[in-house]
Amino acid sequence: MCLAVPGKIIEITGADIEKSAKIDFGGITKWVSLAVLPDAAVGDYVIVHAGVAISRIDEAEAKRAFEYFERISTEVNESGENEVSD
Amino acid sequence: MKAAKMKFLTEYRNNELVVKYLQAVIKTLRRPWTMMEICGGQTHSILKYGIDQMLPGEITLLHGPGCPVCVTPIELIDKAIALAEIPDVILCTFGDMMRVPGSGGNLLEAKAEGCDIRMVYSPLESIRVAENNLDRRVVFFGIGFETTAPTTALALIQAKKRRLANFSVLSAHVRVPPAIELILSSSENQVQAFLAAGHVCTVMGYREYIPIAEKYNVPIVVTGFEPVDIMQGIYMAIKQLERGAAAVENQYSRVVSKNGNETARKLIDEVFQVESRKWRGIGEIEGGGLAIKPEYAALDAAKIFDLPDENIEESSRCWSGKVLRGLIKPPECPSFTIDCFPEHPLGAPMVSAEGACAAYYNYANSRQGKTNA
Repeated sequence: MCLAVPGKIIEITGADIEKSAKIDFGGITKWVSLAVLPDAAVGDYVIVHAGVAISRIDEAEAKRAFEYFERISTEVNESGENEVSD
Repeated sequence: MKAAKMKFLTEYRNNELVVKYLQAVIKTLRRPWTMMEICGGQTHSILKYGIDQMLPGEITLLHGPGCPVCVTPIELIDKAIALAEIPDVILCTFGDMMRVPGSGGNLLEAKAEGCDIRMVYSPLESIRVAENNLDRRVVFFGIGFETTAPTTALALIQAKKRRLANFSVLSAHVRVPPAIELILSSSENQVQAFLAAGHVCTVMGYREYIPIAEKYNVPIVVTGFEPVDIMQGIYMAIKQLERGAAAVENQYSRVVSKNGNETARKLIDEVFQVESRKWRGIGEIEGGGLAIKPEYAALDAAKIFDLPDENIEESSRCWSGKVLRGLIKPPECPSFTIDCFPEHPLGAPMVSAEGACAAYYNYANSRQGKTNA
């Protein structure tokens, strides 16, 4: 039910509750509402649920998550202890 | 056919990353723990990618009431069918809802019998149906958690602004935090940590989970839906459990912020008010539902139409209530694959796309060499 799919904004039209955006979902495009993401801009990646873009994807946070993984991964490989430290 | 690469999706299905997080889980784990994922989308990912099988036996994953279709009370499904049977009504709803059994049948059967029921991808599509059928009354059967509530709210606000007199909504919207509290406050509770539903928190943020984590002393990790997300969420929860911590952490930070989407929340507040709601299989949950505010009564199908109002009990052969509360897993139900199948379900979780019983039927059942036919 809460399935939401990431896509990239390629066009924006309208304003306020009628604001909408054309989204590229890996090659398939679809118009969705942009009413709850008033600050989103062309080029932003967003998460779309039930025809409405509900969140902008934070690319810096996405990158940080992979850095977190790199840290964990290094610790797992190096650690002889039975615990992963922070 | 090779799946297309999609940014922010494909990289979170990387098997190597999943295995590395699994290794981190194994290295951190010292004692047995039980945790629950809240969203049905997560349940399906866990079963589909075999995450439950990869994990050490000390970790038990219970599947929560994270399927809004599954918890929609039978009475509301009966009301939706009664609406669809009114000659000038067009009933619009999500495809997930079509095969969920009411007391006498489902929406798909009603459609086969001639009712005008249309599956829509978005509540906003039902606005277009109303605009294109001004001589008919169009009702959107709105279901979903806080993720979906703003989309229904948006449809109601657009309809009001456009003075669309032939559109209304039957609200079956529900709220997650009261259900978590209900599970945690039960004397039968086994859950020691939660993976919170990422897309619900996209809208709501995670502030409302902080007092729950503190009150019940449980770690809550806001988690995404892809296998890397889920394994990382499990790792973060295990790390907290082993340290005796009980904080709210955010694994899904690329999409979820602490405050969520304030514009979306304003739409919810504009249109809906919190009310107690019967959850199918679980019972009345205080604050568990969202009802349409009196200011929008002219667009509230529950107010406009005279609908049946009977209290209906679930079949005793269906143990979905125990599944939804995390007390048993679907295969422990005596009816599972005996007299309950997706084609002939006793309860909603066997037929909903995100139901736990359907997940076990589709994925786990075939692992055990049983047929899915």
